[in-house]
This record gives sequence, C-alpha cells and structure tokens, in this order.
Amino acid sequence: MSAPKYWREMAQRYRFEAAKCKKCGKVLFPPRLACPACKSREFENTRINDKGTIETYTIVRIPPSQFTDEAPYPVAIVNMGDNIRILCQVADCEPEELKIGMPVRLEFRKIQQEGKSGILAYGYKCVPE
Amino acid sequence: MVGIVGYGAYIPRNRIKVEEIAKVWGADAPSYKRGLQLREKSVPSPDQDTITMSVEATKNALKRAGIDPKDIGAVYIGSESHPYAVKPSGTVLAEAIGATPDCHCADYEFACKAGSEGMFVAMSLVKAGEMKYALGIGADTSQGAPGDALEYSASAGAAAFIFGKQNVLAECLYTHSWMTDTPDFWRREHQFYPSHGGRFTGEPAYFRTIMGCAKALLEKSKMKPEDFAYAVFHQPNGKFPMTVGKRIGFKTEQMEQGWLCPTLGNTYSGASPIGLTSILDVAKPGDLIFMVSYGSGAGSDGFIFKATDRLPGVQNRAVHTRAMLDSERRKYLDYGTYTKFRGKIKLRGE
Repeated sequence: MSAPKYWREMAQRYRFEAAKCKKCGKVLFPPRLACPACKSREFENTRINDKGTIETYTIVRIPPSQFTDEAPYPVAIVNMGDNIRILCQVADCEPEELKIGMPVRLEFRKIQQEGKSGILAYGYKCVPE
Repeated sequence: MVGIVGYGAYIPRNRIKVEEIAKVWGADAPSYKRGLQLREKSVPSPDQDTITMSVEATKNALKRAGIDPKDIGAVYIGSESHPYAVKPSGTVLAEAIGATPDCHCADYEFACKAGSEGMFVAMSLVKAGEMKYALGIGADTSQGAPGDALEYSASAGAAAFIFGKQNVLAECLYTHSWMTDTPDFWRREHQFYPSHGGRFTGEPAYFRTIMGCAKALLEKSKMKPEDFAYAVFHQPNGKFPMTVGKRIGFKTEQMEQGWLCPTLGNTYSGASPIGLTSILDVAKPGDLIFMVSYGSGAGSDGFIFKATDRLPGVQNRAVHTRAMLDSERRKYLDYGTYTKFRGKIKLRGE
C-alpha cells in the first residue's frame, strides 16, 4: 500500500468515519461522492459502530507474502448495522471458533507492512466480543 | 486539583509459560520460576505493537474520562519498542483517537521508565495551565535475546492516563524524579536485542534508584508507608518489586493488587503504569497510592495519588486490567509459534 493511498484512507481505517446522506439518511462506509440511494452529494460525518456480527467468513491458508506469519487466518464479512458490511481479518480467533452470527468488535491492529523498510499500515480487524 | 481523569490498559491474549522457554534452552524451569517469581508472560501477535496497544489502552481511558479527544493537547508515548526508528508513534495514536491536529506530540525513551516520563510531563503541562487535558502512555513489546534470562520476562502491554483538572479520578499530590548515570542495561543502535550487566542491574541500579526516589518522595510528602492503601513499583521480575517495597516499609497486602509480573511478565515502559491501572480498578475514595517506576540507565519517577469520590463511578466503564490478565481467552503458545510471532526467525530473502 503506497503512503499517499494509506494516508487518504486514515479516517476510515483509524476512526471508522462514515458519511451520512443529509437528504435520505443513508450511511455510507467508506464515503462516496454521491449517495447511491438518492444521488445527493451532501453528507455529514458520522462513525460506524465498533461492534458487529459475522455474516460469513473464509480461512486463508496460502497467504500473500506480507501475511505468512499470521496464516492460517480468517477473513470475514461483518455486519456493523445501518446496512453496513465490512470485509476484514478476524484476529485473536482460532478458525474452529468462528461461527456465522458471532459477535465481534473492531480493534486497532497492524494491517500490513511494506517489506522491511516501507511504511506500517494500521487499521481495524475484528476480534471476538 | 490536577490528576488522572481517565485511565486504561491493554494486555494481548497470547502467553508463554516459563517451562516452554526453559525446555528449549535446557534450563531448570523450577529454579527460574522460584528465582524470578514468574510463571508466564504475555506475547503480542504479529499484528500488535506499541502503537496498536497504546490505541486500545487509550480507548479504555477515554471511556472512563468521557471527554472529547479534541480537547487533548498533548500525546506522549513512552516505549523502548517504538515501531519506527524515525517517525513518531504518537501521531498514529492521536489520529486514531481523533486528537489531531491541534496537539503536541513526542515519543519518549528511557528504558522502562519512558511511560512514567510521559505521565509526568503530561501532568505537569496540565498543572501549568498549558492545556485542558494531556495523555501519557507507557507501552512496550520488548524482546529478550533467545536463551537470555530476559527472554523469560520480556512481555507486552500498555497503560494510558489522561490528566486534567476537572472530574479528577485520582489527584496527583506529589511527584519526585531521581536519576544517575548507571549503565546497567542498554541497546546500541542497530542491535536487535538489549544487553545488560547481569547482577549489576540489581543493587547498584534497580534497588538504589527506586529507594532513592521513594525515600525522597516520602520525605517531600511527610508521609509514611503505612499511610498508603496501595503501592506499585517497576516489576522486571516478580521478586524485585516485592523486595524493594518491603525494604522501604510496605507490606505484601499493599503491593499485591499492582503486582502483575508473575503472570504478565515485564512490560517494560508499561510495567508500573499497568500496575497502577489495576489499583485504580479497585481503589476507594480517599485511598492513597504510591508509585515508583524504574528505567535502566538509570532513573525513577515517583507519584503519590489520592483516589477521589468520582473513581468508583467510572471503574466499570472499561475492562479491568486483571480481567484482561486472567481472561479465559488466553492462548498459550509453544516456543516455535512464539519465535514466529516475535520475528526471531529469518525468512528466505531476509
């Protein structure tokens, strides 16, 4: 992940900031330029919940090179409420513990690192509640 | 009145037992357990470091403080395992909690007392009226060289304290800092593991420094050990803090609540600060708390806190430190997984 891309996404990755449409109230995470429901371009800042439930998951056993020390690791789609679903790693959880509907919360973790000399990218992973 | 308005800790869930390390190196586990008074230690996951643990500890502190993070005027993380050699840890933390951009930030280093340094400066800035709130953190994911005595104790954890003048949970009554140039423990630039002076780290370093600070703090405050409900000292192993506390005049009952080392290990910059969070979890209004940190090199920061009427109302707003320490979700690692998690294995291409 390049430093500029990482920097642009900090509000979402660090603070779970979302955009709430001023016209129809739809919450968008990550924010978009236009509301897909009513096409409005006016939003106010909000934050998504830091608690949710696992909708579905898979286990990554053959990881990309940056994640070799974490394999096998689960990746899940998590329902955060307000019709928001996020895709993230599940940490502190053995693959056999995972269940659909399992309550989780978001925790601040290191997401990846650019080799031995690049930036460290931080953001959210979910952990069992 | 200036003091702590919010506090929180974070302890990772992984653990490794003394026996697991000892069997790899042919060491006698019972003698290590007896000598160090240590049974197991916490281990960070590969995706955890000083920054991630500091953020989680601070979130717990914010739950108890109930303040707007934008009002935090300074962020100080003390650690000897900052993830970057050049780039602050505090900027990531401040961004993650929403304290940017109007905020002063510095990363502190002074071996194991970097955390209490951050606390002291944060408290002093608030006392001087420079800002409404300031945040001091002690956090570490320190390493001991494979097979070295330090490997049995070097662990991971963080504690965060928000200082302010309104809605204080524990008033800071007195502080004192004491330091000399004592080369008992060090890590040269580009070295992965620290070096230490063996037994030299004991009497001329740890004991002399903590006792120097503690005695000066007691004289300054005109208080006696029996005046205090709780006392906590830096805990490089389980034995040293109990020994130094008794030499000063404290009893086991005063030190047990903050004595986490036997199952937590030595969290370095987090050690006495995490012990303080455990005390604040149970302290009652009016209780006096005595804390002295220690950092090799060498120095100590001493604090006397007095719990206020507000403390019991916020203790349960975030997870208690001992609940994290004794969590049912603890995961015990074998030595191979531990070395992988701690980056001790050289991979192809490295």
